[in-house]
Amino acid sequence: MVEEPPDGALVEVEGLERRYGERAALDGISFELRRGETLGLFGPNGAGKSTLLRVLATLIRPHAGSVKVLGGALPGEAWKVRGRVGYLGHDPLLYRELSGRENLLFHARLHRVPEERVDELIAAVGMHRRAGDPVRELSRGMLQRLSAARTLLHDPPLLLLDEPYSGLDPAARELLEPLIGRASGRTRVLVSHDLEEGAAECDRALGLRAGRQMLLDRPDPARLKELYR
Amino acid sequence: MTRTAWAILRKDLQIELRTKESVPAMALFSVTVFVLFHFGLKRNEIEGDLAAGVLWVTLILATVLAVNRLFVNEREQGGIDGLLLAPIDRTAVFLAKAAALFLYLVLVEVVAVPAFALLLLGPDLLKPLPSLVAILLLADLGLAAVGALVSALAVETRARDLIVPLLLLPLLVPVAIAGANGTSPLFSGSQSPHELGKWLGLLGLYDMVFLLVSIAVFDFLLED
Amino acid sequence: MYGKGLRPLSIASAAALGTALGLIFFYAPLDADQGFIQKIFYVHVPLAIVALCGFMAAGIMGIRYLRSGDRSWDMRSYVAIHLSIVLAVGVLITGAIWAKASWGHWWVWDEPTLVSFLIIFLLYCCYQPLRFSIEDPERQARYAAVFSIVAGAFVPLNFVAVRLAQAFSHPRVLSTTGGNMPGSMRLTFLVSLLAIALLYITLWKLELTSKNATMQLKRLRRRLELELDEQHVAAGAPAPPVGTVPAQPVGD
Repeated sequence: MVEEPPDGALVEVEGLERRYGERAALDGISFELRRGETLGLFGPNGAGKSTLLRVLATLIRPHAGSVKVLGGALPGEAWKVRGRVGYLGHDPLLYRELSGRENLLFHARLHRVPEERVDELIAAVGMHRRAGDPVRELSRGMLQRLSAARTLLHDPPLLLLDEPYSGLDPAARELLEPLIGRASGRTRVLVSHDLEEGAAECDRALGLRAGRQMLLDRPDPARLKELYR
Repeated sequence: MTRTAWAILRKDLQIELRTKESVPAMALFSVTVFVLFHFGLKRNEIEGDLAAGVLWVTLILATVLAVNRLFVNEREQGGIDGLLLAPIDRTAVFLAKAAALFLYLVLVEVVAVPAFALLLLGPDLLKPLPSLVAILLLADLGLAAVGALVSALAVETRARDLIVPLLLLPLLVPVAIAGANGTSPLFSGSQSPHELGKWLGLLGLYDMVFLLVSIAVFDFLLED
Repeated sequence: MYGKGLRPLSIASAAALGTALGLIFFYAPLDADQGFIQKIFYVHVPLAIVALCGFMAAGIMGIRYLRSGDRSWDMRSYVAIHLSIVLAVGVLITGAIWAKASWGHWWVWDEPTLVSFLIIFLLYCCYQPLRFSIEDPERQARYAAVFSIVAGAFVPLNFVAVRLAQAFSHPRVLSTTGGNMPGSMRLTFLVSLLAIALLYITLWKLELTSKNATMQLKRLRRRLELELDEQHVAAGAPAPPVGTVPAQPVGD
């Protein structure tokens, strides 16, 4: 089993840099995330929020600085981290020709999660009636719900959510909130474009602009708005 | 790791069964190429060297078709991230893709070889069939390994459909050499001596080298 | 970093080349059947050998890059492949000339070296397009390394395969007496081989040095631009950026 740091800091980032060619996608990001906390990422488009999330998910590697997620130092110990974070990005990561259930079964196999969990989660996100239909026939809201189920299959200690509620109707949102929202009590990093809502959802806010860290503090919508000027 | 590879292979086969994209296209392609050769060569019947050449060139070109699509599904449906996030050994992805390609090739040959015998081949195919099957299987292994590797290499590039054949065909020349040379005695009506062993040996060596190289190198293609 | 030893190398290469040329023209025996043109063998075969070694060495450099992540290995691999491709073209051209002179055709399929090189040349022609169609530089280097390894492993295999294929048709037509070259031929050949190898290494180092210098220049220029940018922003910024504050409520 992977040891987790005793003081409960699930994520420790110091001076994180990630370049894209000559440009710095992330330049000097530093923060800590404790168990049960939610960190909100804010900033205009292209600020680097999704990039940061992907680094934490071990999908891309940091170019400089130190990143420790759940006791594993990235990029060298990415294998320790994989399978213990839940990443809900813009792409639902579902194969269009397979049904929702088949997709989830596939991911369950990859993560070595028992089959029953698949049905559990399908029910939890309210998709039991359409889980047998091919994914290409489903609406955006349904895809997002299935994707959330996929994210939670392996019961990850850390959730990385990239605008999870975008494009969802209130009913779908209500279904997902207890699972991935503040009420779930999970440790989360959350990207949000809705300043009021995002501020309410998180314990601390990290503001980015052009890859640089502009603020790290209790969420204050007024100050967050400055980022977008 | 085999469990993971099996899971991925199963998923790919499920999708292929539903979309029926690769295998029927490859089979149809092969038969069409045979027809083209009939007109191009102006022959009703071919044998020996010519027959071997036509068969192998067609099979290799059909492989190019499949290779183009092998990773495309993953990339277009964002499936690659799903694989990257999972706590799996990424070599399993290679094994699964190569196994899928191998299966596709075998299935296509089940259709294409009889079609070839029907349309173009002069001499009788039944007697040399076991030897032919041996050569085909060994060659398919090599085609599958190299095909899966090139597919992964090309998946991130912009001009993917162009790069794949340009990259793949030179790499497959040894397979063409061994295949054609090994097969042409089988396609002559006469009892010409053939050193099948030598060509099987070359194919075996090729398969081994490229399987090892691909497995060693594949991890680096998927990570970022 | 790379420039060390460049001058002695260049001098050595020039000397070796001069010696080789002298030997080729004045010392090596004249072939009875093929006449003067046979002497192109002293260029054709060493070019082939050095090019092949270059391709395989590039593969090893690719391995070094993947294991260390040190981009200088990637650059070395790139330059090696680059140069070997040029040499390969030389092999094809000298081979064609030789073929024309000996057989009257510009191309013969019976010469395994020539045929192998055609295949290898076609393969390595994909290197640059592959490389430059990938935008992210780190990924580009990684994929290029993979290519160099796969292609490097392919080179010997290809040779074996083509040789085996030719064994049936004709014996090697453009060969000389094979392993048993008379002393004068052998000497000329070896000196020629040495000269071309030295030339290759010199050019390799030269290109590396030049690329390195260009890169450093670009880096400095970019840093300068960035600093100038920051000064501009500091001087005329519309609103002060929100600064980093420790996790405490902002005092009211």
